[in-house]
Amino acid sequence: MKAEDVIICRCSDVSLKDLYTLFEQGYDSFEELKRIKRVGMGPCQANTCGKMVQWEIAKYFNRSLEDVKFANMRPFTLGVKLDAIKEACDDEDE
Amino acid sequence: MKQCESIIIGGGPAGLRAAKALLESGARVCLIDRNASMGGQLIKQTHMFFGSEKQHASTRGISIQHKLLSDVMRYGSRIEILSETHVVGVYQDKVIACMKDDRFFKMRGEAIIIATGASEKHLPFENNDLPGVYAAGAVQTLMNEYGIKPGHKVLMVGSGNIGLIVSYQLMQAGVEVVALAEAASQISGYHVHASKIKRHGVDILTNTSIKRALGETEVTGAELWKLDESWQGIEGSEWTIDLDTICISVGLAPLSELFQQVGANVEYVRELGGNVPVIDNTYQTTIDGVYACGDAIGIEEASSAMVEGEMTGIYAAHAMAKAHPNESTRLKALEEELAFLRSGPHAEKIRVGYKKRGEVS
Repeated sequence: MKAEDVIICRCSDVSLKDLYTLFEQGYDSFEELKRIKRVGMGPCQANTCGKMVQWEIAKYFNRSLEDVKFANMRPFTLGVKLDAIKEACDDEDE
Repeated sequence: MKQCESIIIGGGPAGLRAAKALLESGARVCLIDRNASMGGQLIKQTHMFFGSEKQHASTRGISIQHKLLSDVMRYGSRIEILSETHVVGVYQDKVIACMKDDRFFKMRGEAIIIATGASEKHLPFENNDLPGVYAAGAVQTLMNEYGIKPGHKVLMVGSGNIGLIVSYQLMQAGVEVVALAEAASQISGYHVHASKIKRHGVDILTNTSIKRALGETEVTGAELWKLDESWQGIEGSEWTIDLDTICISVGLAPLSELFQQVGANVEYVRELGGNVPVIDNTYQTTIDGVYACGDAIGIEEASSAMVEGEMTGIYAAHAMAKAHPNESTRLKALEEELAFLRSGPHAEKIRVGYKKRGEVS
């Protein structure tokens, strides 16, 4: 299998080979992969890639899926322009 | 900041029925959905539903949507609908942040019901990012909502009910389904759906999966292979099929990001599809006043989502001191209905999942 042609995260273009490289370096949690490769941080917010990342970690490190912690989720779920937040604050001040 | 009595995030079968129960109880409801029309997945379901007469069996999904929506619209000024509105944040003080077009605004509710449904799972295989690789739900949206064929020759991967139903709908739209591949040793959806597409000459290939998509700039074919008992591909068993579309239907995962955002306890329960919130017997999450129902708390059928939605609405109303006129009789009937819907052999996974969740919570 050409792991470089298996795309795990479409938003940030992270392949299975990228994950394997990080696994070999000892990174074994979703949070670490996210911080290094931005997997799960794009527009889909891990809704497409998340389950595959969880699965690949479990498979590579021979763990059960229940033992692979999912990435932390924080607001916002979409990109929000600072300008839009400023406008909302201005409206509230009035 | 705008104040609301109850805020429902997600206008699918669960959210709409939760809205109805709250409205019947005298509450005011703000129903939010990121899509243009309410109804969630119902709006693209052109087939008739199974399950229970009480939950509209033998009715087409799209007609159920009309019914559920008119049930809430007749409450006039007490129901506010915000369509094409994304909830981008949920906070512990029951404030939600929204985006509609380019406008950002916040609202606070006494009760928040999260009924966000599910997203489709994807598969890791070579060239899985080629144009022409679709999720089954996306194909259904293209065809049934926008009237666009996804391609001419399709491979369906996955034989759950969605894979089977979408295969049939593709054929109805005049698209050739060249094969249906299933990794397990047997078909996982209802046999009534499977035999319908078999009768139309579609091969359902068990112990089979996609090894890679073929094509340079778009899908021109697929390489399939047989799987052994531990779901590993067997070298040398590969063969190729010419086609222009690969449709992935390998299950759904609850959309749990809002639960995680608000800090509610979330557990991984594989039988329920993935990360699901811990809930008590009133469908309240571990955050006071934040409730959850429908596929967002475990992948099931639309019928169960409707029952759960109504129960959640009744409980949320009760907590706001707005009792539903038939609270106890209605709750009892809904409990029985849910037990009936989860009684068949196909619901075994659900029963195991709910038992597990009971243990973790």
